[in-house]
Amino acid sequence: MERHFDHELDELNKNILKMGALVQEAIFKSIESLKTLDKDMATLVIDNDRVIDDCELKIDEECLVLLALRQPMAFDLRFITMAMKITTDLERIADLAADIAMRVLELVDKPLVKPLIDIPKLTELAKMMIKDAIDSFVNKDPDLAGKVILIDKEADRLRDIVQRELINDYILKDKSSIPRCIPLLLIARHLERICDHATNIAEDVIYMVKAKVVKHHPEKLNFDKGPQ
Amino acid sequence: MYSQTMIRLNKEDNLSCMCKPSDSVKIKVQDINFFYGNQQALKDINLDVLENRVTAIIGPSGCGKSTFIRLLNRMNELVPKTTLTGRIYLDGQDIIGSCIDPVEIRRRVGMVFQKPNPFPKSIFENISYGLEVNGIKNKQFIEERVVESLKRAVLWEEVRTRLHDSALKLSGGQQQRLCIARCLAVKPEVLLFDEPCASLDPISTRKIEELILELKKDYTIAIVTHNMQQAARVSDFTGFFLLGELIELDKTENIFKAPKDKRTEDYITGRFG
Repeated sequence: MERHFDHELDELNKNILKMGALVQEAIFKSIESLKTLDKDMATLVIDNDRVIDDCELKIDEECLVLLALRQPMAFDLRFITMAMKITTDLERIADLAADIAMRVLELVDKPLVKPLIDIPKLTELAKMMIKDAIDSFVNKDPDLAGKVILIDKEADRLRDIVQRELINDYILKDKSSIPRCIPLLLIARHLERICDHATNIAEDVIYMVKAKVVKHHPEKLNFDKGPQ
Repeated sequence: MYSQTMIRLNKEDNLSCMCKPSDSVKIKVQDINFFYGNQQALKDINLDVLENRVTAIIGPSGCGKSTFIRLLNRMNELVPKTTLTGRIYLDGQDIIGSCIDPVEIRRRVGMVFQKPNPFPKSIFENISYGLEVNGIKNKQFIEERVVESLKRAVLWEEVRTRLHDSALKLSGGQQQRLCIARCLAVKPEVLLFDEPCASLDPISTRKIEELILELKKDYTIAIVTHNMQQAARVSDFTGFFLLGELIELDKTENIFKAPKDKRTEDYITGRFG
């Protein structure tokens, strides 16, 4: 029996998907602006952040209305509550994209201290993790979500490489390089945080689908015996 | 051991696996099958009702939940051409059997029905009647018990000045609390509620629910309800019945947050049927 409620849940799903697409676009543009040191594109990312903020507020309101009027149970309850958490993570990711864009504005009038090698790798990883995390939510796919969680360590590793290289090979050797190194250090940090938020989304997806808490317990990722 | 979740389908399963060590079983239902004529209404039911806990029974119409709850104080014996097999233990004592007085069982296991059914007597007499039937004649004792019961049912303040008015003048919600007070007067150990708020407005419903939460400190309670939010609000454990079978019994929060059986999930999310 089809429920009217299902249409409302579909609408919520679509709105999260739209917000996810905007967030992915923000990351993409912030990274493009870094590659080309494009001031206009970086400014656009910063300006567009409020659009994503509005999306978060709209989806939160939509979830509250569904909770109040539909009094959902079981999967419906987990879906709506996790949607609220996921939009918070998406909004934070968009903030981090804007932060990257701000770092780009700090770099535009300065030559890069070195060719970018590991930051692009970290960038690709972040883009993939966000895409997979959003896909796992939309397709209710806990296996894909599990892969996102497992890959997060690689993001930590790449951030550490960038930090070590910038500090040991540049900052400690040539203090005049600090103004050009700090934005890159922060960008690596922002990208790694984006990966953390993707991991949060993936953990929420697993709870939503399997009713299993893997947050802070990655060893529980083997979830063959779930409710569904 | 305290375990978060489990599905109970077999008689070997025991609620003690998911409750605190201090919880004790008040009513144990074992291998119950029940028939109206040739029609089987309950199939192999095994379930424990824990002391001082609220156990809610949910399920679609005709699933056997009211039939089940009426077995707990032998009310179904009043229906002709019924057959019961299995055992029901109250504090370890088998209550099915000709040597057990059903009237005594019904005193120990009181029942409140869907529609408030006060006697066409005064408020006072509605409460005192059960005591008098039980042979109590001491007027002071009866008066004290009437006041005590009305207070426990949170009705005293509303009726204290009109105890000798007809009970039929009370609102639906007040009548239902009067029926609860009538049960309490004979000092039962277990209270059974069969859709107690089905005919009540939200304010009266909330009062009954608050009362149930208060009463569970002293009584063991089982409640049949179609209102799943009500089951979620008042109960500690919830059992889902379907076509005469107990599909799943678990802590209420688990049933409504993450049921184990897809049939339970479909029912509580309204996808059933």
